[in-house]
Amino acid sequence: MKIHKYDTVIVGAGGAGMRAAIESTKRSRTAVLTKLYPTRSHTGAAQGGMAAALANVEEDNWEWHTFDTIKGGDYLVDQDAAEILAKEAIDSVLDLEKMGLPFNRTPDGTIDQRRFGGHSRNHGEAPVRRSCYASDRTGHMILQTLYQNCVKEGVEFFNEFYVLDLLLQDVDGVKKSAGVVAYELATGEIHVFQAKAIIFASGGTGKFFKVTSNAHTLTGDGQAAAYRRGLPLEDMEFFQFHPTGIWRMGILLTEGARGEGGILRNKDGERFMEKYAPVMKDLASRDVVSRSIYTEIREGRGCGPEGDHVYLDLTHLPPEQLDAKLPDITEFARTYLGIEPYTDPIPIQPTAHYAMGGIPTNVEGEVLRDNDTVVPGLYAAGEVACVSVHGANRLGTNSLLDINVFGRRAGIAAAEYSADHDFVELPENPAQQVIDQVERLRDSNGTERVTEIRKELQECMDANVMVFRTEQTIKTAVEKIGELRERYLNVSVQDKGKRFNTDLLEAIELGNLLDLAEVMAVSALARKESRGGHYREDYPNRDDVNFMRHTMAYREVGADGSESIRLDYKPVVQTRYQPMERKY
Amino acid sequence: MSSPTLEKHSAALDAAENTASQMITATFRIRRFNPEVSEEASWQDFQLEIDPKERVLDALHKIKWDQDGTLTFRRSCAHGICGSDAMRINGKNRLACKTLIKDINPQKPITVEAIKGLTVLKDLVVDMEPFFQAYRDVMPFLITNGNEPTRERRQTAEDRERFDDTTKCILCAACTSSCPVFWNDGQYFGPAAIVNAHRFIFDSRDEGGEQRLEILNDKDGVWRCRTTFNCTDACPRGIEVTKAIQEVKRALITRRF
Ligand SMILES: Cc1cc2nc3c(=O)[nH]c(=O)nc-3n(C[C@H](O)[C@H](O)[C@H](O)COP(=O)(O)OP(=O)(O)OC[C@H]3O[C@@H](n4cnc5c(N)ncnc54)[C@H](O)[C@@H]3O)c2cc1C
Ligand code: SF4
Ligand code: FES
Repeated sequence: MKIHKYDTVIVGAGGAGMRAAIESTKRSRTAVLTKLYPTRSHTGAAQGGMAAALANVEEDNWEWHTFDTIKGGDYLVDQDAAEILAKEAIDSVLDLEKMGLPFNRTPDGTIDQRRFGGHSRNHGEAPVRRSCYASDRTGHMILQTLYQNCVKEGVEFFNEFYVLDLLLQDVDGVKKSAGVVAYELATGEIHVFQAKAIIFASGGTGKFFKVTSNAHTLTGDGQAAAYRRGLPLEDMEFFQFHPTGIWRMGILLTEGARGEGGILRNKDGERFMEKYAPVMKDLASRDVVSRSIYTEIREGRGCGPEGDHVYLDLTHLPPEQLDAKLPDITEFARTYLGIEPYTDPIPIQPTAHYAMGGIPTNVEGEVLRDNDTVVPGLYAAGEVACVSVHGANRLGTNSLLDINVFGRRAGIAAAEYSADHDFVELPENPAQQVIDQVERLRDSNGTERVTEIRKELQECMDANVMVFRTEQTIKTAVEKIGELRERYLNVSVQDKGKRFNTDLLEAIELGNLLDLAEVMAVSALARKESRGGHYREDYPNRDDVNFMRHTMAYREVGADGSESIRLDYKPVVQTRYQPMERKY
Repeated sequence: MSSPTLEKHSAALDAAENTASQMITATFRIRRFNPEVSEEASWQDFQLEIDPKERVLDALHKIKWDQDGTLTFRRSCAHGICGSDAMRINGKNRLACKTLIKDINPQKPITVEAIKGLTVLKDLVVDMEPFFQAYRDVMPFLITNGNEPTRERRQTAEDRERFDDTTKCILCAACTSSCPVFWNDGQYFGPAAIVNAHRFIFDSRDEGGEQRLEILNDKDGVWRCRTTFNCTDACPRGIEVTKAIQEVKRALITRRF
């Protein structure tokens, strides 16, 4: 075991982690621990764009953006945070441009903007061009630009280090963060990083679904580490299902495709979104479009031999426009489906895409351990966190924005904190929990296989807690996850070695997915209403009287060692926007 | 309202939507190496049932998950965007997640081995550090002088287009590890580093071109390139790598960029 000491430690080198690192490295001695090489992070998969009311191509302002964010989140958004997001969006995009990001340009050389779902002029009048983009690889360009600037700033990375535990210590009755424990992939060695301030920026958790746009590595490690150490997870029942994933594969086809004029059609060729969202049509918010697609499928208007998908039709758009604005996604259709999007519509279905919930933070990125108390020295930003700027449903292009705005905020706040605080002493045997976990898995002769449990989990989640949920389906999921968690105790791995043991890490990642899936299902069961991404067929309406509040899920361990989930609730911060019915 | 394309399906769309299982049996011949077990690398055959429309990455997962958990490779996004899984498949550098089985003749054993020129650490995993070091050495970041504007820097769409191709790079190392010059001499910067230098040299906003050109003028720089085009063939992002290298060479001669 090795012990390292840094002022600030950042877990994760995606957009949020690197944006934080650029700030924190200038101000404090910083280490970034990342399980992937920074440029492999899933921020690089983002396509469509980053929202900011630059008003480069038409009238726009940050207040409209704030409103759209709150409405898009079905009023579960904390309005003070949404206002910060929308206001700081403008500088955030300009900062990236100054760092070198090659945005697409308008004829007069400013940053070009395009339409995206749920973004409107003047509180819902008509779609507005607010998404700043670099072709259909905006996330790639953000990730590259941030990495380039990390190289420039000399940011210190520990690549292929898996953080598996968070160390908290009671100091005079106050729970403070002391460090993290990491597993080095190349050698199997365990490292303890003691730090004054820690930022979790470890991304999402989509891999508990089968059809997902998320990478294999998005397994919610950060959320799970915090949760196991007694910190709450907020709003985990809210997961976004993006309308247009490639049928059966889940690979994302950006909403930018509809922003450029693409149309969703059912098997009769009908533009069905006209029925469900007369104003915004194909550009209504994602939860609305995903439900509409499944309604078409359920009512027998789906496409293909099994009627289980619909089409994204780009055939009416000029090939030059597709080449210039959507080269990557048209290439995906060619590579993975063997079709030509110039002339063929693309088979699509909703795909599990984005975790609105996560580790609760305030607007400075400080992690909360209950409704109001922060954990001094602990921060979170990006998809792992819940500020909450996305509420019950995130608007497209607001996450690339979130990681930049709140990644930057967390980076500054953490470095300032470490500048005026001392190290918290490490607990005795700080790595014990990780050592035990690793050894148990490596030594186990159990009969259960990771692949089987993971497959059953993913199938269960797709079938029961996706776009449509009922008490019945969620209970089925809770029960099944419980059974899988039992079986997981008896899991073994084949690779017993130390070197690049990805077999072992997949087993650990599965443990995280199981914990988080359970939190998601239990939180969803208790929310007897429909709001944003959480749609209960047995409670189809939003219920502001009883559920205009954030879920806070805690892990409880009984005296006998038994685990359970305790749910609590936190009020939503409302400033100037009164909840209204959401229509598009 | 219906669109004409929806009424008559192309054969390609029909094939894509066909749900009938078309499983075949394929053999994967994989170059194994694990110094914890043996200092010698060796080939190992795996047979599996697979739909030829699936990716080589899916096949590797099936082997790892169902047959041999010790098989080791890097991967993340599974759709050609993160650059984790460049490997030599049937003798050519490709991304496993962007290569469909049907496109590489599954009638014969499909060979899979680590990319060349970088030290193999285990199975398909190589040491990427020298590769990233070469990248860092070309100063891959925007260099500007003078005051920052308050708003964005202006750039015309044509100026933006000038370096569009080289912004697509995902640092997968398929190009560099397909280059015979690099195989023989690991000191050579390699195509990927030059591609990333190109991305800045031809960016109208950048003022570090001279510095970067000096770095690439080095004995291990662009002049080592013998235009074998392996890199261009290997690039999964379709970047015209050789052309980019030629443009950097020309800029070195003319000092115009
Ligand atoms: C296909 C796709 C397209 C998208 N398009 C858009 C878009 O157009 N606009 C938009 O606004 N949003 C989009 N999103 C959402 C957005 O891209 C993501 O929410 C955002 O990029 C997440 O960034 P992040 O930094 O939080 O996490 P990531 O980029 O996922 O980074 C996570 C980091 O954490 C590290 N990590 C994880 N676990 C550990 C561990 N245990 N130990 C150490 N390190 C760890 C990883 O190595 C990685 O570096 C898209 C998402 C997807 C999947
Ligand atoms: S130029 Fe192409 S092959 Fe080379 S590293 Fe970049 S993406 Fe990979
Ligand atoms: S797994 Fe990301 S490029 Fe292949």
